[in-house]
Amino acid sequence: MKIHEYQAKRLMAARGIAVPEGRVATTPEEAVAAVRPLVEASGSPVVVVKSQIHAGGRGKGRFKEHADLGGVTVVTDGIQGGVEAAEAKVRSLAEQMLGSTLVTIQTGPEGKAVNRLYVEQGVAIARELYLSVVLDRATGRNLMMASTEGGTEIEEVAAETPEKILRETIDPAVGLADFQARRLALGLGLEGDALKNGVRFMKALAAFASDLDTDLIEINPLVVTESGDVMALDGKMGFDDNALARHPDVAELRDETEENAAELEAKEFGLSFIKLDGSIGCLVNGAGLAMATMDTIKQVGGEPANFLDVGGGATTENVTAAFKIITRDPNVKGIFVNIFGGIMKCDTIADGVVAAVKEVGLQVPLVVRLEGTNVELGKKIIDESGLNVVSATDMKDGAQKIVEAAR
Amino acid sequence: MSIMVGKDTRLLVQGLGSAGRFHTDKAIAYGTNVVAGVHPGKAGTTLRFEGATDHSGVPGRPDTYAVDVPMFETVRDAVAATNANASVVYVPPFGAADAILEAVEAGLELVVCITEGIPVQDMVVVKRAMQGSGSRLVGPNCPGVITPHECKIGIMPGYIHQGGRIGVVSRSGTLTYEAVKQLSDVGLGQTTAVGIGGDPVNGTNFVDVLEMFAKDDATEGVIMIGEIGGQLEVEAARWVKENGTKPVVGFIAGETAPKGRTMGHAGAIVSGEEESAQAKKRIMKECGIHVVDSPAEIGKTMAEALK
Repeated sequence: MKIHEYQAKRLMAARGIAVPEGRVATTPEEAVAAVRPLVEASGSPVVVVKSQIHAGGRGKGRFKEHADLGGVTVVTDGIQGGVEAAEAKVRSLAEQMLGSTLVTIQTGPEGKAVNRLYVEQGVAIARELYLSVVLDRATGRNLMMASTEGGTEIEEVAAETPEKILRETIDPAVGLADFQARRLALGLGLEGDALKNGVRFMKALAAFASDLDTDLIEINPLVVTESGDVMALDGKMGFDDNALARHPDVAELRDETEENAAELEAKEFGLSFIKLDGSIGCLVNGAGLAMATMDTIKQVGGEPANFLDVGGGATTENVTAAFKIITRDPNVKGIFVNIFGGIMKCDTIADGVVAAVKEVGLQVPLVVRLEGTNVELGKKIIDESGLNVVSATDMKDGAQKIVEAAR
Repeated sequence: MSIMVGKDTRLLVQGLGSAGRFHTDKAIAYGTNVVAGVHPGKAGTTLRFEGATDHSGVPGRPDTYAVDVPMFETVRDAVAATNANASVVYVPPFGAADAILEAVEAGLELVVCITEGIPVQDMVVVKRAMQGSGSRLVGPNCPGVITPHECKIGIMPGYIHQGGRIGVVSRSGTLTYEAVKQLSDVGLGQTTAVGIGGDPVNGTNFVDVLEMFAKDDATEGVIMIGEIGGQLEVEAARWVKENGTKPVVGFIAGETAPKGRTMGHAGAIVSGEEESAQAKKRIMKECGIHVVDSPAEIGKTMAEALK
């Protein structure tokens, strides 16, 4: 699960990790009201207005409705005109940004609607750095990565100047050790107060990752201020869905408006569903088999419309729900049901498919391949249903038949 | 012969909730020697399993079975009383890591964890704690391990398996069944089929299993089924190139998976170019593995490779 920047900063602040002061706003009035307290608390007349969406590249992103407006805008009007001038500018920005669609390198051309802004104090930046904590699958441990190239995409740094990425593997029995944090901080060229603050920041962030079960934390940029503070100017975080139940405070940060409605609905029925752009709907049991089914459809000249794993313990109701979710996609020109029954019984799948077709009708060709537990029973249910279903002998046969039928 | 499990396996079951009981019953029907169960609050009782024998399993048994499995509060008690040498974990996700650690501490040689949905950070701790231990962990989030006609540990349907000449190792459950059935259909059968699971941090990996199959005289060839994400398949391919003596047929699922989306398994996500199906297949081919583009071709490709 991803969360917004303002939520990530609140979580960090609560654990003693330095972030700038800021306030969230869903209306222009709230945005304006944030300005004065921020200016008074920080002593800086500069504030920053930041769009809150689950995608990176916001600063360079542009609004569909306002082609010259970036998703993150620094307001300097307060330097000359005082708080009132900053407030006026923030009002005009908020009026344009809220409800508009921000297109960034990560949103795709359709962009994302901006429903929230984060108004933040301006920070006197001396240096911009990069810091992240990710799972390193090679070692089975968390890895902290740091770089002097803050503000740049880390993939770019990795490709062009890999020597500029510093790495420390975190032993779960120890956490990030002092010497490791010092090594990173020294490697970044931090000294004096900044060195001390950097070490503290890194150790707290490493503990944050293991305590809250993040699967990714990226602080880009991590800034060193002119007074030697080290703070997170941005914060991108993802959390392990499997651990959310033990972090109710994190779980409640879920923003469903950022997620695909069909994928959310699928989750309620225990289905793993991902919408894709093709025309062949797939209903499969098992993640590996579901991926292989998509691959096979592509090989025989089709394009899958989705990934859908009904899971091992699916009931007739789950299967019916899965079928409905697939048929609702107007791009779907044919459906391929590919089941290898193990724990999942073929007759359960057959019952679910028949029930769904009776309920929502069948406007497109349907190919069913059943194999494994109770396969004869499953085939009998399909045959006796009177539905217009094409049977397939194996995965490839089924893929060929559905791609042909959907042409 | 076979690897990991066989006639001498004495199985302990951790977590006998509804799923644990269901699969324990199937395992006993198959002929697996289940000697003990561990479940909170059940110590001192026995759990009865009875029904119709699954004749695709251990041969020469009567048509029905009735087994009373003694229950214990801790793994250590269970091992002391029954000499169990392997464990299977059906404990729910938040308790599963602890169950693995308990089995490891009690000195079990093999721990197979079926549980799906264990938090990754829990497995990070388990992996660290298992350093230097003599126990082998298979999984989590896997179908289990089966040596046909001898021992079935896990949730795979027994009847598709057939004793034979080929070892199977896979990250995916249903794709393993797909491969196994084809091997049975073409008459090659399996020595042992091992599901290593789809999680990003797990116990046994491809290379571990390939090494075991290499040493197993009965295994003449190996099927290796991978997925997008991670480096395990690439490491395995390099191992095959350096050490391989038996033909390996490989498949990687997820060629059509979009970058950055998790495809069902927590570990199935393409985060870098080298984690894509295309890259893995290319490297596997370069290392001498017979790579198939559709899982439907696994059986016949192995039959060809053995000629």
